[in-house]
Amino acid sequence: MLAMNFRGPYQIRADRNRPEPEIKHPMDAIVRVTRSLICGSDLHLYHGLVPDTRVGMTFGHEFTGIVEEVGSGVKKLKVGDHVLVPFNIACGSCPHCKQELYGNCHEANAEATAVGGFFGYAHTGGGYDGGQAEYVRVPYADVSPTVIPEGMDPENAVLLTDVVPTGYQAAEQGGIQKGDTVVVFGAGPVGLLAARFSWFFGAGRVIVIDELEYRLEFARKFAFAEAYNFREMDDPVVFLKKATDYFGADVCIDAVGCDATGSAFQNITGKGLLLQAGNATAFHWAVNSVKKGGIVSIIGVYGPPWNLVPLGSIMNKGITIRGNQASVKRLLPKMIDHIMSGRINPKEIITHRFPLEEIPDAYRMFSKKMDNIIKPLLIPPRANA
Amino acid sequence: MKDALENRIEEFQDRVIAKRNMARAKDIPGWGMDADPENDPAYPMKHTNGADHQRFDYEKPPQQPLDMEVFHSIERPGVTRVFGTSTPPAGLSGAIRRYAYKYSEATATHWMTLILADRVDVIQGKLNDLKHGVLPNPWVERGWNAEWKYNRSAFIGKAATTALLITAGIMLLSKKNSSKQHSREW
Repeated sequence: MLAMNFRGPYQIRADRNRPEPEIKHPMDAIVRVTRSLICGSDLHLYHGLVPDTRVGMTFGHEFTGIVEEVGSGVKKLKVGDHVLVPFNIACGSCPHCKQELYGNCHEANAEATAVGGFFGYAHTGGGYDGGQAEYVRVPYADVSPTVIPEGMDPENAVLLTDVVPTGYQAAEQGGIQKGDTVVVFGAGPVGLLAARFSWFFGAGRVIVIDELEYRLEFARKFAFAEAYNFREMDDPVVFLKKATDYFGADVCIDAVGCDATGSAFQNITGKGLLLQAGNATAFHWAVNSVKKGGIVSIIGVYGPPWNLVPLGSIMNKGITIRGNQASVKRLLPKMIDHIMSGRINPKEIITHRFPLEEIPDAYRMFSKKMDNIIKPLLIPPRANA
Repeated sequence: MKDALENRIEEFQDRVIAKRNMARAKDIPGWGMDADPENDPAYPMKHTNGADHQRFDYEKPPQQPLDMEVFHSIERPGVTRVFGTSTPPAGLSGAIRRYAYKYSEATATHWMTLILADRVDVIQGKLNDLKHGVLPNPWVERGWNAEWKYNRSAFIGKAATTALLITAGIMLLSKKNSSKQHSREW
């Protein structure tokens, strides 16, 4: 089958000779992919920042597909169902899943306890191949995969597998109260959705900080946000303090993670030497720009989870400064309602559509922000087979 | 010095803007509909059920057959009931990873050794390709088609600079070699 094949940092292949996945467990299903996306956090893998990203892996944790085969233990899904597959692989019965922390399942990732099981996210995420392929093995098929509601646009459906709930949870984790001022660092897809959803919690003001003018313009239109370029500031923290009557924002959201920019020191120590969990500039700005007693919500992904400050663990385990992987299954009913009611049309963020065969170009364009790209969609050749 | 934004933000007074926004909030689809004063500090919160001492007695799914080498964090007793089968450890990079998994996730040794294994894996991948008669195609695999289409001038500039640096490096090395040879002849 055709699938993405990682060959090393900045080097991937659209490989036609990948073996088709097989049922390995009674609760597995095999899904023929109809749509998949490239996520900003795939770029962290593409850039070689996430440990145990092995050559030969297939990335992709945002996808929809048709169920082609089910294991003997699968009861809810049936062959032919068109499903959206949340990026979290979750057993549904461990203490974490019972607490609706589906991103922290205890029975899906052997390789790390600080990280949940995710599709196509290195062996740090459990060693599962992902959905940038024609077929995928979907474990625990009865738990998270959800039949796409009738009448839902397929492009909105695929966005529900990660980016929409992730943006929502970024805002939710901030505990935004009516009238609050929210600052979102990063106008990538998740940052844009976090900004847009901040209004759903009653924000009084939403500010987005980024360095690319086209993304800032997108934030103004899509997220109704004030949007500022930190390249035009002497110091973003001072700017935000001044802009908030010298108190700081009520809530700051780090929607950037380890691939941040804006500080040479962080770049060298974080991305060059890997002495910290990537470049933590956005996180530092968030911590420094929030008011005393305010909340910092981390939704950006960080690299090697050892550090002077263990950011990766904070983010992945959700233990302190409100950070976690999105719990997609928990949020799906609410997200479906928001979309079906027309309150939000997330597919507006999909700016580029590529055949799966052109995946190396899609990654390069997304990585280097060419052609005003916001979110790339991949369509496999057998999407409609 | 540019006229930095922070020197031009008299108009950005926080409460004034927030009040103004709230007055026109009805124009923003969905505004305030998920607001909840109880949701502070918000998710994740623990849902207690009165029997939390029983929470570890959950029914575990069956074990996926262990038909390949799967590493597991030493912070857990064994592999999870379900695991990924993407790329089992192999060769030198596999041996390095095997060493890394002797250390907990709290250690730099674990993570930095895995990063080292990743870099070794890249070289191993290239050798494997050659062994199977696959020639890596950097033009396609690095997405240079896209660079050529959307970023041509910068791409050509970068390629020219790289070529220049490589040529200069080769010339420097060959000069050193010839001067060494020369000194030996003396």
